[in-house]
Amino acid sequence: MTESIQPALNAIQERFGARAQTFRGETTLHLTPGRLVAAAQALRDEFGFGRLVDITAVDYWPQEKPRFHVVVQLYNMTSHQYLRLRAALDGNAASLPTLTGLYPNANWYEREVWDMFGIRFEGHPDPRRIIMPADWQGHPLRKDYPLGYEEVQFTFNFDEILKRKPHPKE
Amino acid sequence: MTEIRDVDVAELRHLVSERALKGETMLLNMGPQHPSTHGVLRLMLELDGEIVVNCIPDIGFLHTGVEKNMESKTYQKAEVMTDRLDYMNPIGNNLVYCLAVEKLCDLDVPLRAQGVRVILAELTRLNSHLLWLGTSGLDIGAMSLFLYCMREREMILDIFEMCSGQRMMTTYIRPGGLWRDVPVEFEGAVRDFIELMPRRIEEYESLLNENPLFLERTAGIGVLTYENAIRWGATGPIARGSGVKFDLRKERPYMGYEQYDFDIPTRTEGDVRARYLVRMDEMRESLKIIRQALDKLPYGPVRSNNRKFIPPPRSEIGVSMEALIHHFKLWTEGFNVPKGAIYTAIESPRGELGVYLESDGGPKPYRVHYRTPSFAALQLMPLLAKGHFIADLVAIIASIDIVLGDTDR
Repeated sequence: MTESIQPALNAIQERFGARAQTFRGETTLHLTPGRLVAAAQALRDEFGFGRLVDITAVDYWPQEKPRFHVVVQLYNMTSHQYLRLRAALDGNAASLPTLTGLYPNANWYEREVWDMFGIRFEGHPDPRRIIMPADWQGHPLRKDYPLGYEEVQFTFNFDEILKRKPHPKE
Repeated sequence: MTEIRDVDVAELRHLVSERALKGETMLLNMGPQHPSTHGVLRLMLELDGEIVVNCIPDIGFLHTGVEKNMESKTYQKAEVMTDRLDYMNPIGNNLVYCLAVEKLCDLDVPLRAQGVRVILAELTRLNSHLLWLGTSGLDIGAMSLFLYCMREREMILDIFEMCSGQRMMTTYIRPGGLWRDVPVEFEGAVRDFIELMPRRIEEYESLLNENPLFLERTAGIGVLTYENAIRWGATGPIARGSGVKFDLRKERPYMGYEQYDFDIPTRTEGDVRARYLVRMDEMRESLKIIRQALDKLPYGPVRSNNRKFIPPPRSEIGVSMEALIHHFKLWTEGFNVPKGAIYTAIESPRGELGVYLESDGGPKPYRVHYRTPSFAALQLMPLLAKGHFIADLVAIIASIDIVLGDTDR
């Protein structure tokens, strides 16, 4: 399954110091954040990975450092193969060069990653939040962001919980 | 958690043209509560008279935090949330999630389950296209069409109800197969439907295809060129309307789609009308697939026999201690999924629906990300809307067939 993308894998590994990993027939290239855009450009222009499928991120806080991995999914429209790029980022205010120059549809995906994980994309043309309200505090898909729940009221603690329950403002 | 603050105009300045700052063009808000935005979509429009200069979609009104919620549930329980994403394609959402879990766990799916999955996925495609046809007709003035489409859609929902007990949020497809086998009436009901449907599609077409009003409202509106479709990564009927012959069912077959004979309808015009024609042809192709899948549907089990992942049948629990233990373990703790990350995609009615699933080896997904076709398609709005009238904007929104639950997740 991966034979047709082998030349691309070899070239990217050699030129950009990437590390390839295969799991269940899917190939992932691990790159440093600084080389992600250059590698994506080579993949797009030389190896036909012309369609950006998706950009997302994963948060490994607290067990791993660097805590974020940005995951970029590319698709080759002639050989019909997927290829995944991963870049590990650290810090609370992590940042990464934008892919919008290469793939215009990276715009919204990167806004979503900023909104949900707080990863900045340098040079992004429209760096606003996309899903959460503009004045939202925090980035919900980080692992240190609480899921939130409602406390269950029983007869013995009904009033106590009622006091600290959020109420709509008048 | 949040404080209400005023919008800083400087933050939005880069989105509008210089003329808006001088007061030559007008900024108008469309939505989120607007009958033609197909849900809660807000569009900020910069208008020169009635011509759209800039169109800035604002989404997130239907954000339910599904991805975050799924991280706190076991794999079986998380699946229930997937139905609610794209509520016009619940079976497809289940299917892609189950394919991802099956790939991570290396689970087998019996042939009968695969066939039923294909039939149901294609019925969902028809269901989604019928609602799209009805509502987009409604948007540009073809009122009666909506009622006809709803009449046929009801038949599909009845079939879903017959299988799963639910009309929409079925959760019928489960990792490793199906919840249970389809009832005996299933085949007859589906055959009746596919017998009837070709005539009904002709009926819809006789209402629209030659209608001069419909032609005028759709031809040459919201053109997406072939180059832009590739550059912007368009998928589904939008890409096929612009001449990109791309369908994941053909290019990367899953669930045995390679054994069915069907075509990928494409058009080269790239306008609203082309997308309409592509979807109408797709409905016919779906009927073809359903017919073949029904003819080939084998008898046999509908769930994998791997007891480490799949709960045992109810009948065994009373007589086998081991079955009882498996049942208890699977419904309390869940199953442990091997560590790793995968991406799986299917062809949903709207385009590529993908799921990025990452496991840390435990019973709960570490990260689930849905790559949803509506989110990807809505990005094209500014490109498609420029230079058209507001009235045409409505036709363009309808033609990219967005579901806001899918967009906001």
